[in-house]
Amino acid sequence: MFHRVLVTIPTVLGVVTLAFVLIHVAPGDPAELLLGDYVGVTPQVLSELREYLGLGLPLPVQYVKYVTNVLRGDLGRSFRTNQSVASEIIGQAPFTLALAAAGIILAVTVGIPTGIVAAVRRNSLADYATTTVAMFWLASPGFWFGILLIYFLAYRLGWFPVFGAGTWDNWRSLLAHLALPAVAIGVRSAALIARMTRSALLEVLSQDYIRTARAKGLAGGAVILRHALRNAAIPIVTIIGLDIAYLLGGAVVTETVFSRPGLGKLVVDAIHARDYPMVQGAIMVFAFGILLINLLVDLSYAFIDPRVRYS
Amino acid sequence: MRVLWGRRSAAIGLVIVVAIVTAAAFAPWIAPHDPVQQRLLGRLRPPGAPAHPLGTDNFGRDVLSRLLFGSRISILVGVVSVAIAAGVGILFGLLGGYYGGVLDQWLMRLIDILIAFPVVLLAIAIVAFLGGGLLNLMLAVGISSVPPFARLVRSEVISQRGRDYVEAARALGAGHGRLMGRHILPNSMSAIVVLSTLRISTAILTESSLSFLGLGVGPPTPTWGNMVAEGTKFLQTAPWISIVPGAAIMLMVLAFNLFGDGLRDALDPRLKGEGG
Repeated sequence: MFHRVLVTIPTVLGVVTLAFVLIHVAPGDPAELLLGDYVGVTPQVLSELREYLGLGLPLPVQYVKYVTNVLRGDLGRSFRTNQSVASEIIGQAPFTLALAAAGIILAVTVGIPTGIVAAVRRNSLADYATTTVAMFWLASPGFWFGILLIYFLAYRLGWFPVFGAGTWDNWRSLLAHLALPAVAIGVRSAALIARMTRSALLEVLSQDYIRTARAKGLAGGAVILRHALRNAAIPIVTIIGLDIAYLLGGAVVTETVFSRPGLGKLVVDAIHARDYPMVQGAIMVFAFGILLINLLVDLSYAFIDPRVRYS
Repeated sequence: MRVLWGRRSAAIGLVIVVAIVTAAAFAPWIAPHDPVQQRLLGRLRPPGAPAHPLGTDNFGRDVLSRLLFGSRISILVGVVSVAIAAGVGILFGLLGGYYGGVLDQWLMRLIDILIAFPVVLLAIAIVAFLGGGLLNLMLAVGISSVPPFARLVRSEVISQRGRDYVEAARALGAGHGRLMGRHILPNSMSAIVVLSTLRISTAILTESSLSFLGLGVGPPTPTWGNMVAEGTKFLQTAPWISIVPGAAIMLMVLAFNLFGDGLRDALDPRLKGEGG
């Protein structure tokens, strides 16, 4: 288990390095970009700013400085607001976490039961319906589905508020604002989870021990839940873990569609403002989150399947 | 090919793909109007009129014509970026899988780092730092699709490299390059073709997301993603501007998925579950 945690460290360092490399392959000098729009920029101002940003130092020195800063939790300052990147990210993170969590909860509660029904009643109408709907959902771009939801459920029927995240002190408003984005972001995952549950379960259901369990007179439900589902759990958990990464990427698009605050919107706004430290910091935080999830998924295998050991 | 036609869904997918590619290729001849010409007097016309079957947008541009021209960007980015991804992925996978050892470890660590970023986000990051434009867009989408190719080729190479036919070729004096290029790679080709087809749909979705976010090919050039984005401002009064190109993206992605699934079942049933 300790070993599994240890092998993540080089990857974390790699992510930090990649973030560092990205900002240095960007065309143009960050100092010029930062001052680009202001009139009356003299070469002296530029060189002072360069010094302030540490751009004059040799690249390896900048790199070591950058890595130590990141490890201390210092992601630099935003070009645009001059605020600390880390504190802006912490301020926006709860919105994205809420969105991702709601999306995943929705995907799991819809996807797994649907997948079970489709597998148990194989080749029934329910099975065909599930497979077909899943196929369409997996092909539809997330932003488009979000727009359909806004058009039909918010504009035409007026059931939901359209933009923003609501106010913090009013949980009803928070939930109402969360509903449509959560559906928009979770639907694709639900389709994926349903498909994976179905195929994993079908594979398990053809095994001998399932026939044995049935033969000894266990009720159908108990066979499915206690014997089959448990043995189909690893691929299902794997796909959920992998999909959280995709879902976090989807947050960028979904937050833009719904004009919802969050890390995704932060990234997009920062890109349009050429706020490189902010883009760099936010993308790095996304990657750290995904590494953490991958780690948790790997560790969960040991709980799901006692044969898996990390020693 | 016969196996493919035997499966109805794969055949439907292929027909749609061919139809869209043909429409894209002949867009200048079949499009009823100039896709960028504005007619401010004919703004926001709903679909159904003979002159504008899919309506007009906020600048009075014909939605059908824009749709036809926009498909070119999607197909171009989809195909070229997958070619980039396959090229780099094959190289990484061959070298890592064949030589093993430290080289393999470094290459796979690099792939692990790329996997830590969601595809859309990685592509966004690359576009953000390299700048927009068609070439950078293809590069960004391409780089973010490298990991599945590298992993697939690596595992194929590892399973092939100890086989008798490879040993035989080696005994006959084939060098490393010849063994990899002429013997091992051709035996992995069907898996690579299947993965490529399936990844084109992912690439198209990624490209449309970037266009939608304003990070792809910018206006006035129509792309399906930027058409959806422009339409969102008029969603209440003219929903077709957004809904039509979005449906087109779904249809194309669906078609590539159906075709790819059929191809997989026909060529390489082992791949089930990859590439999604």
